[in-house]
Amino acid sequence: MTRVHDMGGRFGDGPIDPAPGEPLFHKDWHRSAMALTLAIGGAGEWSIDESRYARESLPPKDYARFSYYEKWIAAVANLALARGLVTREELAAGATGPAPGARPLRAETVEPALRRGSPASRPGPAPRFVVGQRVRTRLPARNTLVEGGHTRLPAYAAGHIGRIVRLHGAHVLPDSNAHRLGEAPEPLYGVAFDAAALWGASEGAGDEVMIDLWESYMEPADD
Amino acid sequence: MPHDHHHHDHDHDHDAHALLPSDPALRVKALETLLVDKGYVDPAAMDAILDFYQNKVGPQIGARVVARAWTDPAFKAALLADASATLAAEGLLGRQGEHVVAVENTPEVHNVVVCTLCSCYPWPLLGIPPTWYKSDAYRARVVREPRRVLAEFGLDLPEGQAVRVWDSTAEIRYLVIPMRPEGSEGLDAEALTRWVTRNSMIGTGLAERPA
Repeated sequence: MTRVHDMGGRFGDGPIDPAPGEPLFHKDWHRSAMALTLAIGGAGEWSIDESRYARESLPPKDYARFSYYEKWIAAVANLALARGLVTREELAAGATGPAPGARPLRAETVEPALRRGSPASRPGPAPRFVVGQRVRTRLPARNTLVEGGHTRLPAYAAGHIGRIVRLHGAHVLPDSNAHRLGEAPEPLYGVAFDAAALWGASEGAGDEVMIDLWESYMEPADD
Repeated sequence: MPHDHHHHDHDHDHDAHALLPSDPALRVKALETLLVDKGYVDPAAMDAILDFYQNKVGPQIGARVVARAWTDPAFKAALLADASATLAAEGLLGRQGEHVVAVENTPEVHNVVVCTLCSCYPWPLLGIPPTWYKSDAYRARVVREPRRVLAEFGLDLPEGQAVRVWDSTAEIRYLVIPMRPEGSEGLDAEALTRWVTRNSMIGTGLAERPA
């Protein structure tokens, strides 16, 4: 029910290298990978939700061995094929000719596009929950529209009781939008979880994990 | 998706990348050449994207926001109440930072930000995320053992200070407002900007006297 990307709470990853003073890009191809991914993303052929789903859908053995930008590039290749922008033959052997309908992001529109971004807020239904309310999250964490599909409920928080701390308004539902099933906006909430309850024990009294969750991920928790 | 039904995941679509060369540098070059030749990518747009993230945005943007919050109580109050509106008015929102919530560190609570499911990060305020932020180790561990992780950054929290870990699961991006350090009294916002480190705005460090 879960995929390789859903790693919050996992044991065994070892220490973190804070690498102070590291360069913005470690290799030239990292720059190209970043710029290529954002440029094709700016062409509007797929949404951020589809991009995330493409990355997390990489075979687990690839996800684990690929560096960050290798995941990006693999996802762009997979999305370009899935959206019909390129063929398998072209991926293997190069372009057979320009695409008549291609509308690339142009240099002069890059900065306005990056400064504008793509807000995820939408008009949508009124919230069902109020600040302070106790809720229980879906168990297991899963996409109810598409088997094995995209969802943003981390597995570590599935089936747990949280407390609504903030209303963010209605936002595009990734579980639907990642699969081109419509934006299906829903109320989005900031939800606080007691760390000791999530993990069985916490490092300190009062430690919490705060997660943004869509309304359909949760039910009222009746005491 | 190549099929017109939506009930199953299409795992056969997830390895098309294997058709490209396996060496990462060659792989990127092959895909770039293909998408440029097809007309879906303009190389000049790639240059403009790199120029934007190398020269126009980065942690200095977030540092200015924090330094102003330290010196302008009305701005700080507005930022904590509605960072999206406050930063929009300053022209500081953008891609991967369309919606922002600012969280303030206090002697009682220390905030730290992660994205366990991918690598969501407030690009318009902090620029391109550092490697450690995108690492499996950080994503996996900081939600479960934040104090041990922070210790690996050289940050030991006092026992009485609770930790709030913000897992960026939606399009809300989090900016930590670190505590203003001792020794910075009397400085103006411009000078204070240099005390605000990138990691202090993620929560893996504190604001500190510039070296």
